[in-house]
Amino acid sequence: MPDSRLAELITRHESDLLQQWMKAIAASGEPRSVLIKPEELKSQCTELLSEIRQGLQRGGRDINGSAWQRTRELLTEISRSRAQQGFSPSATANFVFSLKESIFQRIRTEHASNPSQLAEETWNASTLIDHLGLATMEAFITAREEVIKRQQEAMLELSTPVVKLWDGILALPLIGTLDSARTQVVMESLLQRVVVDSTDVVIIDITGVPTVDTLVAQHLLKTVTAARLMGTDCIISGIRPQIAQTIVHLGVDLTSVVTKSSLADAFKIALARRELMVVKKRSGSSAASANPGVI
Amino acid sequence: MTLLKTETLAIRSETDVVLIRQAVRRLCIEQGFSLVEQTKFVTATSEIARNTLEYGGGGEAALETHLEGLRKGVRVVFVDQGPGIPDLEQAMRDGFSTGGGMGHGLGGAKRLVEHFQITSQVGAGTTVSIARWK
Amino acid sequence: MERIPILQMGEFLIVSIQVDMHDRLALTLQDDLTTRISVTNAKGVLIDISALEIVDSFIGRMLANISSMALILDAQTVVTGMQPAVAITLVELGLSLPGIKTALNVERGMTLLRQAMSSAAPTLHTDDADDPPED
Repeated sequence: MPDSRLAELITRHESDLLQQWMKAIAASGEPRSVLIKPEELKSQCTELLSEIRQGLQRGGRDINGSAWQRTRELLTEISRSRAQQGFSPSATANFVFSLKESIFQRIRTEHASNPSQLAEETWNASTLIDHLGLATMEAFITAREEVIKRQQEAMLELSTPVVKLWDGILALPLIGTLDSARTQVVMESLLQRVVVDSTDVVIIDITGVPTVDTLVAQHLLKTVTAARLMGTDCIISGIRPQIAQTIVHLGVDLTSVVTKSSLADAFKIALARRELMVVKKRSGSSAASANPGVI
Repeated sequence: MTLLKTETLAIRSETDVVLIRQAVRRLCIEQGFSLVEQTKFVTATSEIARNTLEYGGGGEAALETHLEGLRKGVRVVFVDQGPGIPDLEQAMRDGFSTGGGMGHGLGGAKRLVEHFQITSQVGAGTTVSIARWK
Repeated sequence: MERIPILQMGEFLIVSIQVDMHDRLALTLQDDLTTRISVTNAKGVLIDISALEIVDSFIGRMLANISSMALILDAQTVVTGMQPAVAITLVELGLSLPGIKTALNVERGMTLLRQAMSSAAPTLHTDDADDPPED
């Protein structure tokens, strides 16, 4: 049900409300507020106040309704930019809450003669602004979480480099603990590289993985299977004796996977698969090297 | 949580299964899913749509896009008025037998999506709902 | 009726799947291939799926069936060009398509087919148990 009273109030006193709101924001003493230029702040306040008015006119005070979508989007934009500029969640929410003072003052003036009306309007305006403030907080927190997630992904990419050992041979040295999310990222980037580099053999080295539990083993198996489906072989290397024991105890079936204890051994096999051979160069005198060394 | 839009498609023939795959793919792209996320979700859609056609005798699918805060989601609800599935647990466990037996493929589809819900009543029909959020 | 074209190159049959197949089209392909293998006495079949963005259990089973039927008719099958996202999804679905040879692209696929056809060659990309893990 559209709320015309509050909307009307805002319409009639829009510029006054804006002025007082911006004064309240300035008075809040938030140190980072210098990061926002006065014109930008004014345009944010103007737009938000206008959206609030329209939201009230279109759809009443339930800010979760579709009539308030533009308003919610605007709050999200403002929150995000505050978050990126380093504002705290409270400071961002206070941007919205400081609108209360000016609106309450208006309401007091308008309904001075009618206490029950005054109380009702004040309550309505208060809960509305509370909800908007909370929505701002939520958007802020989500924006922060997105930043963290992006940073985590960037870290993940850095910590799982795919290395080309030779034409057609890739190595993936895994370091640290493997969790579900990380393994997904690793798997996807590895398989992309496989296509781009036309890889015949991938060596997944787990020397740097401290523990292997069932989940990790399953993830490794999935990666190997996916690579195989694409036409590439996998060798798992760097299996320490303790890990070998764990795998057997867990009952994980690695019999279909080639495993080697060292990356070097795995590389030898990879070369053999590609029908490549490492040959020692002959030195000047024929006595010095009877046969070229063959791996 | 806001429902952004919804579209219902009939599942009456094999070509419908392809059409639903393509429609769901479009929604996934709209909602910003990565390629792998899209592929998994569309494949799950294909599995369940085929199920609806072959076990449910045909039905329909409601394709929805949602917005919750900043998270975007795609949800598909498959409904049929077919014979229903007598043993849901068994159906969920049915793997893909290499011998060519069909299996329901539901267990596999479940692993491909974030939210999976199935209700079925013998003689009345089956409803499967799958969703993924970004 | 629409069909997926099957090309012949000497002893090989080559199929490149470019469309999002509905089930009947897939079954038609299965039938057509089996017939062509028999008629042409082909020794190798290469199915390129690099354009397929979705491979669900039905298509997966179709590929497995083609491979098995071809083998009975004494022809090797290689599936080439599976996209990473598709591979990841198939694994998650629980389909590892054992017994199907795969290769990254058509060129490698042909090499693999020729090797597989000469009996002495090692088979590189199967899930068969005849590749014992080396220690």
